Amino acid sequence: MADHSEHPASFWTVASLVPTLVAAVLFALFTGFLPAIAAGESLRYAWAWVPALGVELSFLIDGLSLTFALLISGIGVGVMLFSGSYLAGHPQHGRFSVYLVSFMLAMLGLVLSDNLLALFVFWELTSITSFLLIGFSHGSAASRRAALQALLVTGGGGLAMLAGFLLIGMTAGTFELSALRGMGDVLRDSPLYIPILVLVLCGAFTKSAQFPFHFWLPNAMAAPTPVSAFLHSATMVKGGVYLLARMHPNLAGTDTWLWTLMIFGAVTTVFASVVALRQTDLKQTLAYTTLMALGALVLFLAAPGGYGITAAATFLVVHSLYKAALFLMIGCVDHATGTRDARRLGGLVRKMPVTALAGGLAALSMAGVPPFLGFVGKELLYKGGLESPGAVIVVTAIFAASALMFAVAGVVALRPFWGPDGKMPLLDRPIREAPLPMLAGPLVLGALGLYFGLNAHALQVNVVDPIVGAVLGDPGLAKDLHLWAGVNAALGLSILTFATGIAIYLFQDRLRDLIVAAEARLVNFDALWDGLLAAVAAAARAVTDRIQPGVASGYLMSVFTTVALVIGAAIAIRGLDIGTVALSGVNGVHLIVFGLTIAGTLLAVITNSRIAAITGLGVTGTGCALIFIMFGAPDVAITQILVEMLVVVLFSVAALRLPTLPQRLPFFHRRAHAVVSLALGGIVAVVVVAVTSVPLDLRLTDFFAANSYPEAHGRNIVNVILVDFRAFDTFGEISVVAIAALSAYALLRQRKTKGSS
Amino acid sequence: MNSLILTTATRLIVAILLLFSVFMLLRGHNEPGGGFIGGLIGATGFVLYAIACGTVEARAALRARPQQIAAAGLGVAALAGLSSGLLGDPLFTGEWLTIGASENSKGLALSTVLLFDIGVYLVVMGGILTLVFALEEEI
Repeated sequence: MADHSEHPASFWTVASLVPTLVAAVLFALFTGFLPAIAAGESLRYAWAWVPALGVELSFLIDGLSLTFALLISGIGVGVMLFSGSYLAGHPQHGRFSVYLVSFMLAMLGLVLSDNLLALFVFWELTSITSFLLIGFSHGSAASRRAALQALLVTGGGGLAMLAGFLLIGMTAGTFELSALRGMGDVLRDSPLYIPILVLVLCGAFTKSAQFPFHFWLPNAMAAPTPVSAFLHSATMVKGGVYLLARMHPNLAGTDTWLWTLMIFGAVTTVFASVVALRQTDLKQTLAYTTLMALGALVLFLAAPGGYGITAAATFLVVHSLYKAALFLMIGCVDHATGTRDARRLGGLVRKMPVTALAGGLAALSMAGVPPFLGFVGKELLYKGGLESPGAVIVVTAIFAASALMFAVAGVVALRPFWGPDGKMPLLDRPIREAPLPMLAGPLVLGALGLYFGLNAHALQVNVVDPIVGAVLGDPGLAKDLHLWAGVNAALGLSILTFATGIAIYLFQDRLRDLIVAAEARLVNFDALWDGLLAAVAAAARAVTDRIQPGVASGYLMSVFTTVALVIGAAIAIRGLDIGTVALSGVNGVHLIVFGLTIAGTLLAVITNSRIAAITGLGVTGTGCALIFIMFGAPDVAITQILVEMLVVVLFSVAALRLPTLPQRLPFFHRRAHAVVSLALGGIVAVVVVAVTSVPLDLRLTDFFAANSYPEAHGRNIVNVILVDFRAFDTFGEISVVAIAALSAYALLRQRKTKGSS
Repeated sequence: MNSLILTTATRLIVAILLLFSVFMLLRGHNEPGGGFIGGLIGATGFVLYAIACGTVEARAALRARPQQIAAAGLGVAALAGLSSGLLGDPLFTGEWLTIGASENSKGLALSTVLLFDIGVYLVVMGGILTLVFALEEEI
């Protein structure tokens, strides 16, 4: 992705400016809601969507959704600016912009939906746009694989989540989150609580890449850098966290919730922090620290009470700000130097001072150094951890994570800029500062980390209190954010963290080798995933080979056997009253037509010549048409005759290429065919006789006969039904005709191209 | 197939078949006929032409590609169905315009129903010809 500067192109294009403008307008719009939300209100807007199913398109703006909306649109502005310059001149820049804006809108829909089903739809839309964005460089097999993997993992989790939502709807009787908020006890006491919890957690954990579903996220770094910054650090992967926070009032508060979230969160946190250090590609390093942050967020949503939620809300903002900034900063470095390898970068501060400033600001927040917001966040994590049940687990996980984050901050921002000069690849252009649109995002985001650190009260009033209010129902439960909270256990832990972090940074290369050696002995989830996909494909192939042998007579045999067995069994169980068969109306003409029809069938069955067989079938079809005429259905008869003609034409064309019929089919086949044919024919005949022995219900016929002319101005009932009373059905039918013709055409063309090559 | 008799006869018969197909389409609302049947007859005409003179000539005579005819028919039918929505009725309601109606006669009755049936005609004809032409060229 680093080769775009070869074709220096203008930033001032539609593909660059429109997305930025959209994001900026949305951000301004959402900012307008801040005063109302900070005052503790929550706003709901609803439109009917599928009224028959009680589904509304309803949006809820409260502390939680507004914070997410602001993060999405605000970081969106920075990312759109960045990508406008990063991808300028790329032949598919326009496509990229459409994907990115679509993603942003879907993500906003996800966090603002009040209806669970609408939320699900937006959820899957983010998965799909993420698929398109990860696979943006679709020429590369790695990108395609990563895109598919992300889609299958998050999409599969989304389906489980949908099942969970349906169970919630069944249990609570509503899909509206605003109505569900007060019904937590109904769900918790329901016998379906555990299934609901498991299904919803499947959705949240896959989306937020919790262990053991984590493997897709590092692979997703195949996407262009702005995508990684936007989707896979700041917004989409937070979707799972958002869901957990949303479901907190409904599902939290049980031991199952507490320990499930705590264990998954803690394992993810520790696992990711260790693996993060092992990476040499800075984007991968950041991907794993994202995993770690997601684990920490899940961990803090486990705990009941104000500290956990306060800590989670603060850390959510902290992480989104610094992580997006760092990703974009690495994008700038990659753009300028052509590498993201931690071991090769160094001494860039002289050539890229502004990038260094942006990266430095973000990294200091990540490292949790005062007076940055990261420090406030880390203190809260420690305090929340100390108060939470299972404090040992939480504090250990947070300690490991924070120390490693400190070290990683050094790896991604200190060493490339201030470290010894690296052995960077030789480029045909000098290393120079990134253009302003690329720098604006990381600079502002980094500076915000400092601003909110110094002015934690602003964050408290506008974000943390409303989130706690939205999740726990009472903003008063929020704990205060302080830059300086006095000397306490959390401060002690912070100092210990810094010491450990410095030690890890100093010994990073040796630790990396150790982790690489250890990793070789661990389970490789990527390989497991490939094995799973291969197994699914093999199973599908085996089933397909079994049920789709490609021989028409085989299909007919299975269809007819099934129909005969099912109807036969029904008759055998329920019995059938065939009444008395009256033959009084039968005259000579009828007998001749019946005889012809049967004779045609017999000819088709007995002959060994295809031409004779098709002639026999033609006689049968014409006989049927005559029967329709005799019993007053001229339209059907005309259609039947025309179709018979066309079948003969089609067949005579095809017959030239068909092999001649075998002189004798294997005896067993022939006998089996005869048995099934006779059985099915007999059963259908019996059923028809039975049906006609009861008086016909003529209400529909009478209705159409009475209304056809007055209502629809037509005397031909069949046609009036087709084009007026049931026009919508007819529209469906002609769509099928058109699609079938096109499909057959495509198949035939495919054969041709294959044959000629 | 190079048969002089067939080729000569076909030229006459095709014209009659096409005329007949339109006749069946238009009378369909009151007498046996309609878009399905009309489309089938029209398709039969071109199929016959293709057998007698080859698909190249048949395609040339048709002018548009059969897939396009089918797609256009679907569009026409959709337009007919949606037009009632613009007039405020439920979709696929028949809308009628009678020109010169009097006590005894309905005059010239035009309707979205007829437009819909024309759509059906085009889809059936286009669909079948897509299939038959492709099959003949393939084999």
